[in-house]
Amino acid sequence: MIRLTVNGEKRQFDGDPEMPLLWYLREELQYTGTKYGCGQGLCGACTIHLNGKAVRSCQTPVSRAANQSVTTIEGLSATATHPLQEAWREHRVPQCGYCQSGQLMQAAALLSEKASPSDEEIETAMRGNICRCGTYQRIRAAVKDAAAKMATQPRPSTKGAR
Amino acid sequence: MQKIDALPRRTFLAHLVSSSAFLIGARAGVLDFTGATTAERVSDADQAAWNPNVYLGIETDGRVILIMHRSEMGTGSRSVLPMVLAEELNADWRRVTLEQAIGDPKYGSQNTDGSCSIRDFYDTFREAGATARLMLERAAAQRWSVPAAECRAENHAVVHGPSRRQLGFGELALLARQQPVPKKEELTFKSRADYRYVGKNLPTADQDSFLNGKAIFGVDASMPGMVHASIERSPVFGGKLKSFDDRAAKAVKGVIGTVTIPDLRGPTMFQPLGGVAVLATSTWAAAKGREKLAVEWTESPNVAYDSSTFKASLIETVRQPQKVVRNVGDVDAALARATRTHEALYYAPHLAHAPMEPVAAVAEYKDGKVVCYANTQNPQAVQDTVAQALGIDKKNVECHVTLLGGGFGRKSKPDYVAEAALLSKSVGKPVKVTWSREDDIRFDYYHTVAAMYLKAGLDEKGKPNAWLQRVAYPSIGTTFNPAATHAEAFEMMMGWNDVPFDIPHHRAENGPAKNHVRIGWLRAVANVYQAFAIHSFVDELATLAKRDSVEYLLDLLGPARLVRLGSDYINHGKSQDEYPLDIGRYRHVLQLAAEKAGWGKKRLPPGRALGVAVHRSFLTYVAVVAEVEVDTSGRVRIPSMEIAVDAGTTINPDRVKSQFEGAGVFGTSIALMSAITAKQGVIQQSNFHDYRVARINEAPTQVNVHLVESTAPPAGVGEPGVPPVIPAICNAIAAATGKRIRELPVGRQLA
Repeated sequence: MIRLTVNGEKRQFDGDPEMPLLWYLREELQYTGTKYGCGQGLCGACTIHLNGKAVRSCQTPVSRAANQSVTTIEGLSATATHPLQEAWREHRVPQCGYCQSGQLMQAAALLSEKASPSDEEIETAMRGNICRCGTYQRIRAAVKDAAAKMATQPRPSTKGAR
Repeated sequence: MQKIDALPRRTFLAHLVSSSAFLIGARAGVLDFTGATTAERVSDADQAAWNPNVYLGIETDGRVILIMHRSEMGTGSRSVLPMVLAEELNADWRRVTLEQAIGDPKYGSQNTDGSCSIRDFYDTFREAGATARLMLERAAAQRWSVPAAECRAENHAVVHGPSRRQLGFGELALLARQQPVPKKEELTFKSRADYRYVGKNLPTADQDSFLNGKAIFGVDASMPGMVHASIERSPVFGGKLKSFDDRAAKAVKGVIGTVTIPDLRGPTMFQPLGGVAVLATSTWAAAKGREKLAVEWTESPNVAYDSSTFKASLIETVRQPQKVVRNVGDVDAALARATRTHEALYYAPHLAHAPMEPVAAVAEYKDGKVVCYANTQNPQAVQDTVAQALGIDKKNVECHVTLLGGGFGRKSKPDYVAEAALLSKSVGKPVKVTWSREDDIRFDYYHTVAAMYLKAGLDEKGKPNAWLQRVAYPSIGTTFNPAATHAEAFEMMMGWNDVPFDIPHHRAENGPAKNHVRIGWLRAVANVYQAFAIHSFVDELATLAKRDSVEYLLDLLGPARLVRLGSDYINHGKSQDEYPLDIGRYRHVLQLAAEKAGWGKKRLPPGRALGVAVHRSFLTYVAVVAEVEVDTSGRVRIPSMEIAVDAGTTINPDRVKSQFEGAGVFGTSIALMSAITAKQGVIQQSNFHDYRVARINEAPTQVNVHLVESTAPPAGVGEPGVPPVIPAICNAIAAATGKRIRELPVGRQLA
């Protein structure tokens, strides 16, 4: 039996401990905002937070999350008003929208570590997240805007909705 | 609310739609992708108190339900097209509910490709809105016993001008329903100055759901009691199932069993490839079970398919005279007397679509009927394909369209939906099929591989007096007719028999080629390789003539005028009167992009340069100036790209711009890094490590899009940005390094 916290709720899992978190989140907990894109940690669509750090849920067995805290896009902000979500709205970042959960989770982890990342730091942090529609320039602009706003506002929790 | 089946069905607005086949039955949630019933389904719009046409319903509480019959895959058309209707109706957008249509021919074409959602339905939606508005105004006039001319619809209500009385759309719905249907000639349309939505940058209806994780894509759709399938297919196209051993697969926890999908027979069409499916309680268990399958396939003739030898054969083909598809003057004579000639061979590889969301569908077969949910660009093709695979009538296939995590043409080919339906019939439960990324890359309907040969006879100033262009590639036609050898008219239309240059002797040819994999259309289709060759060659000629590329291009385009092409040029099904080949518009976008890029003025350090290309596709004129930087290791960066676009009338400028920003990135992938190759019939790539697409650090840092204000009829937006991006990048590389790119992708050619 594996115990873990997902978006602030305590969960128990007694299936195959090697199953990637991705499938547990999507198919057992119905947190379908976390997306499958490659299954090999190559595209970032499945990015979630494990104790606040960005990880690829397709490469993270459920066993690795034992007694730890998982946050998905659904838990990034209870009201979907994380400064990044607001900046994404303002810049109208999404096209098809599919990769955006992973982009947002990756960017949120970046900003929780680096309050005002440089262009190069943004590229380094975000280059594992593929967007086939090509929304990169709006992502870069939105991350910078969110960072600027967060600098003048209290830091939001990225530990999930309670 | 009154039941629709208690009301006389209205067939008015018949001029708007070709079919008036209606279904009566259970009411289901609009974006409820779970708990589907197998009952025939009527749309909420159909069941509204007033249902003026298939795209619109108005409830007595004032709610306006707009049907979106096209698929949303990132262009925003699901929101933008209904805005056109809401605009003419003078509805309040905040009181509009969008309903995604199921597949049904009554909506007209639902095949969301060819960049045609706006241009093919703009007039239809305007007329639908204007018709309903006029009927609401006449209803109010009748209620107040005043002349209809004194009543005007404004913001979801009709107002009586002299008395300022007003009645909401909901209050008028039942009375409006009784009005005679106005003739098309009676309709009036709003002037652009009065637009509230069209021309404005409203956010799309789906945006918020992308930010909170609530959006439902094909991979997210579920049905009660469904099981998951992962399908093993022949690694070589055309291989048939010989034998398989599933004992180890069945031993995997969660695996329920295996089912064979019949081998593909006859034309490829959108049929499943065939194979062995592992069914399980989760996607994970199905994939693990599949790894344990031992399958043997028969040897396919395509086992000889090898990309390097095939490339050589295509090049051999284009070195020889081939079928003439366009001829002006006498090219051979003009070449013979030219001061100088120049020739070049170009080559472009197969590509995979690789949308971020792989194809996925869930289907339930029950009592001779199929209900399915799929990330499809074409729900009517789903109906046809599933019906054929299962031997049922297409009326018995109910296809719900989810959001699409990218499409790029892949998702208009519904083989995966037929897989789910066949498996459901076999196991008696709903079955979900989700392709893995490896499936997606290895079993695509590939963008074709092409070779191009160009030759020009030049005058003393270096301008071509004669121009010969020859191309060969396995045609998309082979997907529907295995005997097809040459390109289809629609492929030739895409940047081959419509080259607009002012050259007295001009001949275009097309040679034969056979397919060894499934061939399909990918964003911008044949324009991708054809425009790459044409616009690279022009730049070669400019360099040879030691002339500025923009000036040379303007010279080659000649003065502003309309160029009339022959009847074999199909112009996306539009007349050349309505959508002419307008040299003035080519010139304008070229000059605009050059000006914005500081062409001829910008001073750049060594290793950095600009490149240009201008191309018309999907009836839209696009010029691209790319700035590239090539470092000493041969790595290419694109600091900026200026794209000038004349797409005629546009609805949502921000969404139009976003499509061209995206085209800058999609084109960069094609120019610099993407390629699919085959060896012994097997596709060599399998995931994003070896099928490379541009990442944030490889994409253009900034793409600036400049839209030309226009009242010309709307043209395409989703695709036409891609073709000129590729030669613009390659031309910039040539300017920066002296190395001419004649084969895509650039890859390590500069190292």
